[in-house]
Amino acid sequence: MTDYALSARRSSKWGDMWASICANKAALFSLLFILLLVVTAIVTAITDALGIQILPYDPNLTDMNNAFIAPNAEHWFGTDQLGRDIFCRVIDGTKVSLSVGVAAVSIALITGTLLGAVGGYFGGRLDNLIMRAMDVILSVPSILLAITFMAAMGRGLDKAVLAIGLVSIPEYARIARSCVMSVKANDYIQAARVTGCSNLRIILKHIVPNITSPIVVRATLGISSAVLDTAALGFLGLGVQPPFAEWGDMLARSRSFIFSAPYTLIFPGLAITITVLAFNLFGDGLRDALDPRSRRR
Amino acid sequence: MLLYFIKRLLMLIPVLFFVSVLVFLIMRVFSPDPATIVLGQAATLEKAEAWREQMGLNKPIVEQYLEYMYNALHGDFGVSYFSNTPVTSELLARLPATIELAVIAIIIASIVGVVFGIISAVKKNSIIDNFTMTTALIGVSMPVFWLGMILIIVFSGWLHLVPSGGRIDSLMKPYDGTGFYFYDTFMSGDWEAFFNALQHAALPAITLAGYSMAIITRMTRSSMLDVLHQDYIRTAKAKGLSAFSVIFKHAFRNALLPIITVIGLQFGSLLSGAVLTETVFAWPGIGAYSVQCILRSDFPVIQSVVLIVAFVFVMMNLIVDLLYAALDPRVKYSQESA
Amino acid sequence: MLLDVQHLTTEFKTRHGPIQAVRDVSFCIEKGEILALVGESGSGKSVTSLSIMGLLSSNGRVSNGKIMFNGEDLLTKSDHALRKIRGNNISMIFQEPMTSLNPIFTVGDQILESIRLHTKLTKKEAQEKMLHLLDLVGIPNPAKRVKDYPHQLSGGMRQRIMIAIAMSCEPQLLIADEPTTALDVTIQAQILDLIYRMREQFNISVLLITHDLGVVAEAADRVAVMYCGRIVEEGTTRDILTRPCHPYTQGLLKSIPRLDDNSQRLYMIPGMVPPPEEVPDFCAFADRCERATEDCRKGLPPFVSLKDRRVRCVNVIAED
Repeated sequence: MTDYALSARRSSKWGDMWASICANKAALFSLLFILLLVVTAIVTAITDALGIQILPYDPNLTDMNNAFIAPNAEHWFGTDQLGRDIFCRVIDGTKVSLSVGVAAVSIALITGTLLGAVGGYFGGRLDNLIMRAMDVILSVPSILLAITFMAAMGRGLDKAVLAIGLVSIPEYARIARSCVMSVKANDYIQAARVTGCSNLRIILKHIVPNITSPIVVRATLGISSAVLDTAALGFLGLGVQPPFAEWGDMLARSRSFIFSAPYTLIFPGLAITITVLAFNLFGDGLRDALDPRSRRR
Repeated sequence: MLLYFIKRLLMLIPVLFFVSVLVFLIMRVFSPDPATIVLGQAATLEKAEAWREQMGLNKPIVEQYLEYMYNALHGDFGVSYFSNTPVTSELLARLPATIELAVIAIIIASIVGVVFGIISAVKKNSIIDNFTMTTALIGVSMPVFWLGMILIIVFSGWLHLVPSGGRIDSLMKPYDGTGFYFYDTFMSGDWEAFFNALQHAALPAITLAGYSMAIITRMTRSSMLDVLHQDYIRTAKAKGLSAFSVIFKHAFRNALLPIITVIGLQFGSLLSGAVLTETVFAWPGIGAYSVQCILRSDFPVIQSVVLIVAFVFVMMNLIVDLLYAALDPRVKYSQESA
Repeated sequence: MLLDVQHLTTEFKTRHGPIQAVRDVSFCIEKGEILALVGESGSGKSVTSLSIMGLLSSNGRVSNGKIMFNGEDLLTKSDHALRKIRGNNISMIFQEPMTSLNPIFTVGDQILESIRLHTKLTKKEAQEKMLHLLDLVGIPNPAKRVKDYPHQLSGGMRQRIMIAIAMSCEPQLLIADEPTTALDVTIQAQILDLIYRMREQFNISVLLITHDLGVVAEAADRVAVMYCGRIVEEGTTRDILTRPCHPYTQGLLKSIPRLDDNSQRLYMIPGMVPPPEEVPDFCAFADRCERATEDCRKGLPPFVSLKDRRVRCVNVIAED
């Protein structure tokens, strides 16, 4: 009976959330756009692996005879200094930005949430140690710390994932810790303890459901900043190896032609901005949906 | 107050110590042998050994660290792997350019952000509010370096209003002074050079300010909205105060506290944003220089830059906390602890 | 007659269309009189007071009626003219003394601000006046207290400061919106006593808004009972409290615990207050009323005048 009531309430909580997102046109539209991005990334990755070309042009094929063609019906976004079709490269770059963003956030989310939850739950010296370590990471601006990691480890996407992931650990640790501590203070947790529930059971049954929503919101917004950071690392020449397409790297290489061929850098930049915007809008919508207090604003 | 300040200052020491250890470890543990990077794969073993000896990389790592920190605390940040010049003098030569840019940017960001944040909050849900909030959202979604390049295309490419890079025309350059061009040209009364420097600084400063401006606008708006709903605002209105007094004297003074925190934090992100902005605008500051050093793995320079930025960042946080304590009578220094 | 509210109707814009919070409310206050506006939360009593002050939130507006103060309609006055009246001729104190004072100014500054806004006193004169006021409202050691920030004072002290601010320009009308609700019982009596003394001393009129009939009994000369945005009964405190004529008033009185009657369980009015968007066009209490008849649902009952009182009910409980 109680279980039934609980599950009913939980499903209605997600139902409310869904209704609230549907009512928020910007968030709904962003969600659709994000789904489109994900589909694009998956399809290009699969066809790439199978050696099938579904894009009208090979995004990495150099064709010097067709360099610097302004946008037209054949090359929607024009071609770059090596004659590569910019539209195809922007599409192809989706999978890099998204996968780096998602992977980096996953690393940060898992490590950070675990560290924060463990610290918050057990408290004491362990908690102190973890949080001081987080303070140290937080005392260097995050993108600068990521750049430092990259500088030491060398360029490459795998390292970008690691660098961006590592520097965002504290955000999740802090959220998880404060959630766990506030949940822990609740009477029903005390009651569960008194009745002899194991730590693991308490964590799984009571704490995990409570920290899900703030962490999910943070992760959505985290992907947007991870995409921005990826682009920044790419722009500084620390991202992908040529000839693969990555939005930040494309911008860096177009810089020399800023006056002669501005279209070469308008479209990759737009791709970054719109992607980040979509994750920001969806994250904001999600936060409003999960936390009715912020909706009043 | 003084005691509180000293206490907080002392608490920074362990944080900065661990930051220095972290950065030192990143540079030594994660990186491949610097000798192969600097001298190339083809370098002979003897040559590499000699270079390591010269750079002090043969000593135990703890000793290397202690030596580095000892020197750093005495203002010596070691020697660049590539130019063999002291890092300290390289950085000092570029510091004024970066500080000048960052200060102009934070001033622009704070003024514009606070003004538009207040307007947005007071005229909530109006056209101007929606426009401001949309712009701010796009502002936080745009890569800094792309914004810079778009501004270059529009304002120097199409409109020819301002130059696209550098700090001042090379003809006017050799200025003996502090290195702060605005200060130098202003004090010597060289208006042509002053305005030239202003033209050069306009785009990079706006670019660098962009993100912070958006963040400050959003924070000001939400903080003002919070305060405007408070009971004491109703009391102020019930006294018969004008809307202006209510908004600026009673509401803004209270809303200011979180805004100051955000501005302080933004100063830190400005310093890292400078890395990208300076690269786009060929601004001869620390940011652009560190990018060069990163690309060629000049570790002593990177290490020092990160340490200095972390120091500034942590100090800004401290200053923010102190300002907070000074502005909010509810904060008591004595009870404040870690 | 100092204040004469006529047919006041206040509505709020919401996502689901406009909602009337105050419906055709009329009452008046004589000089030196304390009128209590009584009702449960959501009955529209606070909105009535904010309408008089012109301090409705941005989605609220007075859609009908007049608020005559000293013979002039406040609703037709400009913002500027209203500001000259607010805090000067009409002042107000609120329910939450804890949050009604600005936390970052000293209480002295907040009192001085009000004095200097409406009078031409010099700084020194204003300061003397402030100390005198604080003495009047019973704050010990005023010269020292003025340098305190609100968070350093207790709730009762803060409410005294609020009264000092309200009295700073010797207003003609004081609106007290649940002035004692947030305070301890012993402090409640002190604050009510203070308001009573202010009235005696300055001959001000008071509009006392409360849900607490105990407060009414202690302080008010006359009472108007509100239910669902409408006044249902109005009369002298003595009449209303001893011989209520409206079934709702009677229900309210019956639900107060009495020391002399421990025979039965505490009375509860059956049913619930309808939400503001579902208030009917007929008597809003009909659905909960034990005396309700067919006639109760045939349009809004008119006021029945009985001696010193008026009752909005078709089945008035006869005075005996």
